Amino acid sequence: MFPEYDIIVVGAGHAGCEAAHAAGKMGSKVLLITMNMNTIAQMSCNPAIGGVAKGQIVREIDALGGMTGIISDKSMIQFRMLNRSKGPAMWSPRSQNDRMRFAEEWRLTLERNQNVDFWQEMVKELIVENQQVVGVKTGMGLEIRAKSVVLTNGTFLNGLIHIGEKQFGGGRTGEAAAKGITEQLTELGFESGRMKTGTPPRVDARSLNFKKMEEQAGDIDPGKFSFSDTPKLTQQLSCYITYTNKDVHQTLEQGFEQSPMFAGRIKGLGPRYCPSIEDKINRFAERDRHQIFVEPEGRHTVEIYVNGFSTSLPENIQYKALRQIQGFEDVKMFRPGYAIEYDYFPPTQLKLTLETKNIQNLYFAGQINGTTGYEEAACQGLMAGINAHQKLNNKNEVILNRSDAYIGVLIDDLVNKGTEEPYRMFTSRAEFRILLRQDNADLRLTQLSYNLGLADKHALDLVQNKYKQVEYMINDIKQKKYTPDQINPTLETLNSSVIKEKAPLINLIKRPEVSLEKLKENNSNIQEYLNKYSQLETEQAEILIKYDHYIQKEKELAVKMENIDNIIIYQEFDYDKVKGISSESKEKLKRIQPQNLGQASRVSGVSPADISILMVYLGK
Amino acid sequence: MAGIHQGIDDSIVALATPNGVGAIAVIRISGLDAISIVNKVFKGKDLSKQATHTAHFGTIRDGAQVLDEVLVTIFKGPKSFTKENVVEISTHGSPYIARKVIQLLIRTGARHALPGEFTKRAFLNGQFDLAQAEAVADMILADSDASHQAAINQMRGGFSNEISELREKLIHFASMIELELDFGEEDVEFADRDDLKQLVDALKKVIGVLINSFDLGNVIKNGVPTVIAGKPNAGKSTLLNALLNEEKAIVSDIAGTTRDFIEDELNLGGVIFRFIDTAGLRETQDTIEAMGVERTQAKMKEAALILYLFDLVEDNITDILREVNKLENQGIPFLAIGNKIDLADEALVTQLEANAAFVLISAKKGLNLELLKDKVLEKANLGDLNTSGTIVTNIRHYENLFKTKEALEAVLIGLSNNVTGDFLAMDIRQSLHYLGEITGEITTDDLLANIFSKFCIGK
Repeated sequence: MFPEYDIIVVGAGHAGCEAAHAAGKMGSKVLLITMNMNTIAQMSCNPAIGGVAKGQIVREIDALGGMTGIISDKSMIQFRMLNRSKGPAMWSPRSQNDRMRFAEEWRLTLERNQNVDFWQEMVKELIVENQQVVGVKTGMGLEIRAKSVVLTNGTFLNGLIHIGEKQFGGGRTGEAAAKGITEQLTELGFESGRMKTGTPPRVDARSLNFKKMEEQAGDIDPGKFSFSDTPKLTQQLSCYITYTNKDVHQTLEQGFEQSPMFAGRIKGLGPRYCPSIEDKINRFAERDRHQIFVEPEGRHTVEIYVNGFSTSLPENIQYKALRQIQGFEDVKMFRPGYAIEYDYFPPTQLKLTLETKNIQNLYFAGQINGTTGYEEAACQGLMAGINAHQKLNNKNEVILNRSDAYIGVLIDDLVNKGTEEPYRMFTSRAEFRILLRQDNADLRLTQLSYNLGLADKHALDLVQNKYKQVEYMINDIKQKKYTPDQINPTLETLNSSVIKEKAPLINLIKRPEVSLEKLKENNSNIQEYLNKYSQLETEQAEILIKYDHYIQKEKELAVKMENIDNIIIYQEFDYDKVKGISSESKEKLKRIQPQNLGQASRVSGVSPADISILMVYLGK
Repeated sequence: MAGIHQGIDDSIVALATPNGVGAIAVIRISGLDAISIVNKVFKGKDLSKQATHTAHFGTIRDGAQVLDEVLVTIFKGPKSFTKENVVEISTHGSPYIARKVIQLLIRTGARHALPGEFTKRAFLNGQFDLAQAEAVADMILADSDASHQAAINQMRGGFSNEISELREKLIHFASMIELELDFGEEDVEFADRDDLKQLVDALKKVIGVLINSFDLGNVIKNGVPTVIAGKPNAGKSTLLNALLNEEKAIVSDIAGTTRDFIEDELNLGGVIFRFIDTAGLRETQDTIEAMGVERTQAKMKEAALILYLFDLVEDNITDILREVNKLENQGIPFLAIGNKIDLADEALVTQLEANAAFVLISAKKGLNLELLKDKVLEKANLGDLNTSGTIVTNIRHYENLFKTKEALEAVLIGLSNNVTGDFLAMDIRQSLHYLGEITGEITTDDLLANIFSKFCIGK
């Protein structure tokens, strides 16, 4: 019934969809297996994409030829560029999305991909021969052969849902859990663990009083994720902000006894940065209110996502507490919040390509690796799909450095350090945050994607043209000088100190209170001189001029790191022969099997002295 | 984060000749930029235009100040010891001058070499065979084991506490700034820029004092003042000579020969000790000797460490214990040393051997001198020294302090330019990194853990 596939992708969430799409686009024959074709690309939690650090990842996915950016653009109902008041490295795109449209767009995108086939069933077992995966067995007992398999099981592996004292198996509310795979992988020598995450209740917009809340509108001039020509958002919906209060907290406290977390029924570790409301009240008792974001789930539905109110307390307590929130007095609940525990596999068992060290041609991506978030999952799926295809075609591994992309930081962290709690990206995880900006993801990654056969020629042309223009613009700016007469009135308008003698334009742009946009607005000569450049080009040129000092400084550090990354540790390297490294370090290095010295230096517990000694043994 | 700041092709510098006073001191610098770095501080021919294997006379200048007249020899890679560009600067021998020159080169862009690093580079560039690698590895290990603990201990005298306290605060600020960057959308408090400026100023001041303690050449001029004291003819001068391995003090069998102080320094495990030989302590009618005794007592009070010598032939156990008791009451760290173990009564030796506080030696026969050196160093490394002011003795710590200061200055410049948190964070991270090189590591995970434990975040 089935041909032999190149790649089987198990799971059709954010990771699985990107993996299937990328591998298919590169030319692999892909089978995407999901337990339910109606829930492809579900936003199981927040109906939003991006945010700080995550938005940067989406831009990177887009530059690499992934689809999350385009699909977000097509399904968004609100866009905000967060952190505008901070430096350009912190600008972070975030959208509210129509949950149903998002899923639909993904499904249609995959259906248009001629190399992607679909099959609806649960996979209960892998077929493994000689330490190599060669296919899967389904719940009905079908055997489907493939050269490689990408597992993206999300929260479905032995998923267990908790609401108060009730608990039941499931991968999401209303969907069954997946059984069998964990048990088999453990038998094959994999280590597995348990994690926990949660989601807030969904409520009925018709029962809310928005007048009692603060409105949070989208940007006046909304941006988008994709560097390609996706349409610009026109009609935006607002979100609303309200707060919990002491009464709400008191009500919630009544449910603490029945809380699966406090009672210890939940064994898995949850994310510290995404605490449940009961956790917030418990740990930060001094705070008498917490922020609640009221987010629409779509353009046409009345379903509302109560962001900030993640909880696994009994549903009647949830309901009672919600009703004490300002604006929620008459609230009707659609579905209660819940906590879910699921199996994951500590990601130190992976190579940097996301292939497992144990079983050849088997790849893991997404929550199965202990991460959280659509963006984190999507980028892993993309990289797993790319690398699975590359390996089958005897082509280069694709590994992004920490100075190339947040995606590189994420995978490097996972593989070298592992994670105890669901791993979410933060900008502070990146050493080179100033280099990894959302505005230059295209420059960083499009060429690579084009070389892989993912990004098309048009995308590459767009990037090359943009940066050529930016270069011209900076050159133009460098050549321009202004006399006090010409520029002082403008500087006065901008509350910037006047000049006494002729000054180069480039120096003026470096002043904190001056921007190119403002200069153009207030000086007809500058406007005329620079008018031929687009808004995006102007923005880019300004970033490069204004922050040149910091960018250069970080580039120097990045080069130093790359030098160490370039020292390869050959596969047969025998750590036992090395004298002077602690046995604990040796054990870790043997387990992680770093591919280069830089990677070895990031394995937790390995000291700089260990690295120096290794360097000596490795030669250059 | 390990290794980011320690590149493999940056330029490294160190003294190539043995520490101490010799005819000349040779400073070696190796790396891609070795020639251009030296060229920046060398007044004479333009070194960038000179051929390999040539020597050039000129002066090394720190701004307008001439540090020394020197001879500079250029070796261009790969025809050099390390196969990189190498410059050797021959200075006039004073360790003080040599250190000044090294400090200047560090400020100009070199970094101080780790122990064995020249050899390591030579090895990495194919100059040696693998057999020599292990020796280099041993050196690296020995150095790293001792250095952090030593750094903290050497920085006693109030500063280490102050530094770690300020560092804690800086970490807190770093977390606050990361918080407003990563969680700016949420209901969080922001880092107060004025408070940050005050903190950075305070930290910079403390670090400035530490840098100056090195800058003043305290290490060379003062070292760790270690007084050798004891009754006349207990063998103090003999011990000093044995330690220094040269005839410096006037040694005789006539008690009271040393009437003034004889000082010399010795580098034990990277710490410089200034040994002070003193006149013997006894009641005396000789006026000159009496003055000597008085000054000995004064010296002992100033000492960071006293090596108190007992004559195991002359002294009995009661006298010895009474004297030790007196020393304990003085409150100055000391080592009780029993000398002339080779001639001593066996019963006495057995009694003292049972007491861990005693080191039993023979200065004349050179017995147990290595053990004594270890004990002295142990005292220094345990922070048992009586230092009223902090002295930075290790040039690598100096280097890290200097870089910390630079990074802190960048933070201040950023603050005065009103730059946003992401740029501030970059320089704060740098300063934390360099402070961490002295006091222990800090990683991103620490910052995140700090955020999660102190602030309520997460939607």
